[in-house]
Formats: sequence, structure tokens, C-alpha cells
Amino acid sequence: MPVKPAVGTPAEVTQGSRTGGGVGESTLRPDGILKVTGEFAYASDMWHEDMLWGQVLRSPVAHAEILSVDTGEALATPGVHAVMTYDDLPTGVRTYGLEIQDTPVLAHGRVRHHGEPVAIVAADHPETARRAAARIRVEYRELPLVTDESSATAPGAPLLHEDRADHRAGHVPHPNVVHRQPIVRGDVAAARGRADFVVEGEYTFGMQDQAFLGPESGLAVPAEDGGVDLYVATQWLHADLRQIAPVLGLPEDKVRMTLSGVGGAFGGREDLSMQIHACLLALRTGRPVKIVYNRFESFFGHVHRHPARIHYEHGATKDGRLTHMKCRIVLDGGAYASTSAAVVGNAASLSAGPYVLDDVDIEALALYSNNPPCGAMRGFGAVQACFAYEAQMDRLADAVGMDRVGFRQLNAMSQGTVMPTGQRVDSPAPVAELLRRVKAMPMPPRRQWLAAGEQADVRELPGGLSNTTHGEGVVRGVGYAVGIKNVGFSEGFDDYSTARVRMEVVGGEAVATVHTAMAEVGQGGVTVLAQIARTELGVVRVTIQPADTRVGSAGSTSASRQTYVTGGAVRNACGLVREKVLELGRRRFGTYHPAWATAELLLEGGRVVTDGGEVLADLADVLGDEAVEVEEEWRHRPTEPFDLRTGQGFGHVQYSFAAHRAVVEVDTELGLVKVVELACAQDVGKALNPLSVIGQIQGGTVQGLGMALMEEIVVDPGTAKVRNPSFTDYLIPTILDTPDLPVDVLELADHHAPYGLRGVGEAPTLSSTPAVLAAIRDATGLELNRTPVRPEHLTGTA
Amino acid sequence: MRVSLTVNGRAREADDVWEGESLLYVLRERLGLPGSKNACEQGECGSCTVRLDDVPVCSCLVAAGQAEGREVVTVEGLAALAGRRAARGAPDGPDGPDGPDGQGGQGGQGGPGGPPGEGATRLSPVQQAFVDAGAVQCGFCTPGLLVAADEMLERNPAPTDADIREALSGNLCRCTGYEKIMDAVRLAAARQGEAVRPCP
Repeated sequence: MPVKPAVGTPAEVTQGSRTGGGVGESTLRPDGILKVTGEFAYASDMWHEDMLWGQVLRSPVAHAEILSVDTGEALATPGVHAVMTYDDLPTGVRTYGLEIQDTPVLAHGRVRHHGEPVAIVAADHPETARRAAARIRVEYRELPLVTDESSATAPGAPLLHEDRADHRAGHVPHPNVVHRQPIVRGDVAAARGRADFVVEGEYTFGMQDQAFLGPESGLAVPAEDGGVDLYVATQWLHADLRQIAPVLGLPEDKVRMTLSGVGGAFGGREDLSMQIHACLLALRTGRPVKIVYNRFESFFGHVHRHPARIHYEHGATKDGRLTHMKCRIVLDGGAYASTSAAVVGNAASLSAGPYVLDDVDIEALALYSNNPPCGAMRGFGAVQACFAYEAQMDRLADAVGMDRVGFRQLNAMSQGTVMPTGQRVDSPAPVAELLRRVKAMPMPPRRQWLAAGEQADVRELPGGLSNTTHGEGVVRGVGYAVGIKNVGFSEGFDDYSTARVRMEVVGGEAVATVHTAMAEVGQGGVTVLAQIARTELGVVRVTIQPADTRVGSAGSTSASRQTYVTGGAVRNACGLVREKVLELGRRRFGTYHPAWATAELLLEGGRVVTDGGEVLADLADVLGDEAVEVEEEWRHRPTEPFDLRTGQGFGHVQYSFAAHRAVVEVDTELGLVKVVELACAQDVGKALNPLSVIGQIQGGTVQGLGMALMEEIVVDPGTAKVRNPSFTDYLIPTILDTPDLPVDVLELADHHAPYGLRGVGEAPTLSSTPAVLAAIRDATGLELNRTPVRPEHLTGTA
Repeated sequence: MRVSLTVNGRAREADDVWEGESLLYVLRERLGLPGSKNACEQGECGSCTVRLDDVPVCSCLVAAGQAEGREVVTVEGLAALAGRRAARGAPDGPDGPDGPDGQGGQGGQGGPGGPPGEGATRLSPVQQAFVDAGAVQCGFCTPGLLVAADEMLERNPAPTDADIREALSGNLCRCTGYEKIMDAVRLAAARQGEAVRPCP
């Protein structure tokens, strides 16, 4: 699908328009060839002579006291080199966490969730390590469970974390609440009085898994200086380092981290998984240690998307204007804090959706429970709210008697709208336009299963190759949804990145080298950084160095932020390099041509040129034997924390918007759904790499489709144990479940951002799910207030 | 035990194989061919797809001993396979007959490294199409998809969209939403068609 021409002001371009492979082109991935030949080294492909395999023993129960641990038989197993428990940890720092350090490296006296790490083993074969781990005798005494809001806040409820001393603890209504964020603005009672229609709804959002395909893996190699070299798949090297080093008792410069190939992330690699365990075993045995989770373990090895219970009340006037909104969003954070507090901030501040709402009363909170820990996943708190408020919008439009898209457009926010947090949106917010565009796309033909002839092609029908219908009982529905997501880290976080850029002559040609710690997890950041360097430095050849901790932090590959922030850092560093190169040129050649002193000079096509296009010198001649290098941090504009009582504050640096239209066919007899088409329109500010932008939008869209129809980690409410930790039982969309995904890309520049870009990765994950739900409601007339929808919800047999 | 098999056209032996090891493990950990991937090791994701005597299989579900004496093609051998097909005159694009057999060294460590040298690696048509169409993001599903797509195009040089979806339905991808993978397979099929069309 081609990118549509840009509408609105083009992004500023001062540089590089005459250098190929720069910003705005669909250049191909620099790692693409290695990835198609099988040579690209992922974390699980790491290998070292003499390496051992690490294995984690995990708790089989959700909440228990550990009475005893006997490692004798495991240690005596031939081939086993080490078994470690809590008692073997080398320092007093025995917990970690991204925000609150509440997660034990290994359990101490108590386990709080199914699958919590209790002991680790190193052996010379992975199967030996697995069998030895199974021989560790752990005696548990089970404890009462906290599994939902009522059991978390009941009188006498067991506390997940007694004696909390974290900075959130003083502001929560109950110690089993990680964080609570209210937002109050306007006068809801008065506004409610103006409403002709009031719609209330109760919604349930299931627990979604990131299901990245490359399992948690890495290799820790002990070094002669007593330190360790760690090759690992992560989203943020420096955040890992900050948590790992104190547990090992090493200064940060003795834990040298290098990013290995990362097989997807989607938020699931923000928290640590095997990093500390591998380092501990490597330092204990003096041998390199590799840990590779299998899929079963991966379901326990990372946090999931928070499941939620959500209550909304909206009002509207007879002419279709929203009057007010009240909502309460209860997220289940599970046993440890992870990023729950930030997810709460997002859920609260984005709960009004992309609509004008001046009178709101919002409360979002995250619980501690004995369920699996939850944290970051693509969309981060905005996804759950969007599913619910978009259901509300359809119900309100129906109550008023308006077209569902027209109702949304009437109430759509735009540039200048004030958010519930009091933040005025100061860049384009084309919500109504995105809805118009997605609605204007051509509809897929009806009865598409007959496209190939008179015989029904079952692959185009609900139930697919199961051959359950040839069209009987199949009804079509169409649904729309739109969402709002923040870009970048919010609430006053010092969100920066660091870039080291070097320019020198190699083989007679000026070459740029870009070194950052940005985690390439598949999103295509390495492609874009090279494009930026080409545009800013006018060179063709750009080398992207492997990401490691020898350069300053790049921040996390999350929150749709890396192109903005690390892209911004690279652009900034390139600008500084350019100045130095021009200074060099003026010193060497300034006397030969007056334009060196008087003209606006650009680096383009390997040359120094004037803005009029006159060539002054080859970059290779300007540089000669000298290398020009700059390392600089770069920050986006600062944000503020939300007020703890009112939720007011300039909390987010940028917003992004996407809208979806879903067309579905439902076999009403069997409750099976076929998504026929899932179209998306998204504003990306400026598409730095249109091919990658569309790939992000389609990928996010299909993760939302999965959440609508099949993806849910099922936790037994009686035991808090995970019932489906496998790809046999946790389903993600296959290519047969996935329809055509037309994309319409809008480019309205945000002048606060580099090149006017807007973070792309998350917004399409928001509105996809509610659009599919809306289409199923349209087809069936059912209320459907939970996601994912299962067949029994459609056949009335739930 | 010792397992002897042919991998990407070359006789290989693996020693000290424990009877419970999968073909996937032997390829990755004993023969230095980590291209086949380990996303689920339960036969659900297809990332470990290889050809076993021409038939695509999940190598995680094949016991190493079952591969004794048989022929295996992995992603590392796709370019050579395409080359052999082209030499036989089968539809395969302009690739020469003697692509390098993919034979990894003894594994290796380190990051993914910088960009590859221009034109340094010969690709099979389907590999090239995946690169060109933007079908690769994180790339973890890619080797399995390539083996499966290559096998389908061998059987069915002009697939419909429904044919492509059916043939690749055993290969999970979490990044792309599959649309660019569809584009890539369509592109490979079209280029293959171009290549065999007789001159006017």
C-alpha cells in the first residue's frame, strides 16, 4: 500500500535532500540480509567454548511460604556445576525493579506468584540442568490468595508487600495498591445535569502476552578483571545495567553489556528476565553461562499486559455533544510493581480518549495480587481504556440516534484541545480527519468467499479450513474506533538519548559511524538512524555500531520513542559533527572561495555545497586524515508529574492517533469470527521510512486483532495459576486469521519533534481491538463488554 | 550416539548426541547452524522449519535420530537449493547454479555487527523478496517462513493469496501482521514467473 501524499506543512529539511538513502525514503534494513540468510546472531544463538547452560527452578504455586530448600541431590547430579538459592546471593542487594525494587532475584522465604524464580542451576547440557533443577526439593506451605480488587482490599487481606517504603506507598488507599491516579477537572455534577442521555458500562479486559518469538536468552562470560560480559536481548541496556550491577556487587563499568539480536519485544523485555541469573552463575562457576527460556518458561519469564475492570459513565446532549465522563480503571499489576505506576498514569490521563471532555472524574489504580506480574506492553495503559471508551461511543451515538463515526467526529479533539490533565495539545490532532479517511476507504466485496467462483472458498469464511460453513448463518458487521497514545516517557521523567557520531575517510570516501545504545528489537531503528546520518552529513556510507554500554544511555525502545529521541540525538550529534567539518573546511579551503565565509553550507552527496548548489569541496578532501567525533545527550522538552490529587500537569511530550475500520463475518451458530479487512489511518507526523512505518502499523493492528478474538492468559481464579502457557493454548493470529490491512498514512508535522515526526509503534494497537469488537456487535447485536471475545460469548453459551 | 545426515548438500556427523535431542538442537548447537529458530519448541510456531527429505517439518519435533541418513535443508542452504533448481531448469529466477552451501562455523558470539557488504551474499529469490518487500522486522520467524514459502513456490509457482495464507499458516509472525510477508511471496512468485517467461 503506497503512502499517501503528505497533507499540511512539510517538515523542515535543511540538509540532505540531494543525498540518496536519507530521511523519507523506504531504504531497506541494514540487517535484512543477515536475517534472511540465518546468520543474524540472536541472543539464543550465542555460543562460547566451555559454556554451561543455566536453568531456573520456578514456583509451582502462586502464594506460599518456603519452609525449606534442599539442593543436595541437584548438586550431586553429574554435569552440574552450580546450584544457587537466595542464600548464595553475593551482596545485600537482593531485589530489583524498574521503578520500585520489590522483585527478588531469587525467592526468600516466600513466593508471590506462579512461576517465581526460586533457584538456578548451571550444567553442561540444557537437559542436565533441567533435570537437576527438578531434583531441588522445595517445601511450600500455601498461603491465602489475593486475586482481585475485593480480595486485595478486604479487611485482613494478606499484604503482598509488608512494610512498603517505596515513594508511592504514602499516597495509596491500601498497601495492596501499587499506585492510584485520580484526575478531576470541571464540574461533573453540573455537566451531568445538561445530559439528555447517560450511558454506563462495565468492561473487562483480559491479560495479553507480548508473545515475542525470540525467547528470553543471553550469554554471560566471566572476565579476568572479575567483571562480566553480558550479551542479551533487551529493550534498554542501561536500565538493565543499573539493576544488575548492584546485585552482583560490581561497579557498572565491570558489567559490560552488548545487545545481541532481539527477536521482538513489545514491552516484554523492559523488565529483567535471565540477566542477573546468568551473571550469577557465570561468576560462581568461572565459566560462560547461556540461558535460553523455552516457550513454556517465557510465559512466566516476563510481565504481561495488565488485565482490567473498567467502569465508564458518559453523557451526551440531544445534538450529540459529550457532556461529561466518569471512569474507574482497575488494573491488576500482579505480584510485583514492574511499570504498573506508569501504566496507571497513562490509563488515567488517556481515559477520555481523543475527545473533547471538559468535565471529568477519573480514577485509575493498579493492584498488587498473586496473579502473574504485569507491566509494559505496546500501548501501555492506553489500550485497556480505548477498548472501553470506544464501546461507550457507539452506545452513546446509538442513544442519540447519530451515525457512529459522525458522533465521534463531532466530539473529536483537535490541536488546541485541553486534555483532562489540563495539558493543551499543541500539535496536530487530526482525529476527525483520520476517521474520515478510514471510512472513505473502499469496502471489501460482500460474500468474498465466492470471489474465486461458485464454490465457497472455506479459507475466506469463519472457521476456515475446519470447513464449518459455506456461508450459512454468516453475517457481516462493520465497526470503527479511534485512539490516543502518548509518545515518549512522561510525568517528568528525564527522557534522553545519547549518540556518538564519527566522520572520517575510509577507502577514499567520507564515512559516518553512528554508535548508540538503542535496542533494535525489530522496529527498524537501525535503518532510520542510518537515514538520519545520510541526510545530516551528506554521506552514502553509514556504519551503525552494535549497541552496548560503552556509549551513554539511549533510553528504552518503548513508548514509541526511539525514532523521536535517539533519532533526535543522532540528528543533533550529526549537526555538531557537520559544524566541525565545515570549520575544518574553512580552515583548509576558506581562502580559495568566498562562499566558505558567506554562503549557507550543506553537506550533500559526499561534498560541501552552497545552498545554491555550488560544490565547494569533496568531504574526503576536507577531512583528510582527521576524524571528527561527537558524543552528546539529547532531550525532548520536559514534562511534569501529574498532581497526585487532581491529576493536573503537562504530563506527556507528544500524542499520536490512529483510527481503524474492521469488517468481520460472524458464523452466528458456532460463534466463529473471520476478520475480512482491518483498515487503518494514522498520522505519523513525518514518515522517516514509509515502508517501516506501514510495517509498524500493520503489526500493531494485528496484535490488536489478537486481543479482540483469541489472546488471553487464563489465570485460574481458585489457584492464581496460569493455565495456558504455550502456543498451543495461548493463540496469536496466524496468517490465515489475518485479513488485508490497508493503511492510509497522514503526515502532519509536529514542530516540536525532529523532522516533525510522531511516534508510530503503539497507536495502531489501541483502536484495532475496539474496531473488531464494534464490528462483531454490529453483526450480532450483542453487547460484548469483554475482550477477547470467545465463541461462547457469541452463541450465548458462556 | 552419533547421527550422520546430509545438511544443505554436505555430509555431516554429530557426536555425543543425547537420545532426547531434537534435530533442531543438533543443527543449532552441534552443527553450527543456528539459522533455524527456537521460538516455541512445541511445533506451534514454525520458526524451526526445515526440509527433511524435501518435506517441510518443524525440526523441534523431529528426534535427532530420526534424521539419520536423511537429507536436511535449512535456511542456510536456501540459496544453494535455489541454485540447484535453476541449474535443473526449474523456475527460480536468474540465480546461478552454484550458490554457496550454507555451512556455519562453530557458532560464534558477539552482536549482530554492522551492515553486510553490498552484494557480498547471494540470496535465493524468496530471500531477496523478503528483504525487498519489508517482510523482515525482528526476523525471528523469517528462516522458517522462508523455508516454507520456498517449498510452496516450488510446488505452486503461481499461488493465490488464499494459497499463500494456507501454506504459511503454520508459521507465526508477531511483528509484521503478515501483510508484507504476503507482498514478499507475491513478489517472489512474480519474479519467478518473469524469469521463466520465454523471450518474445
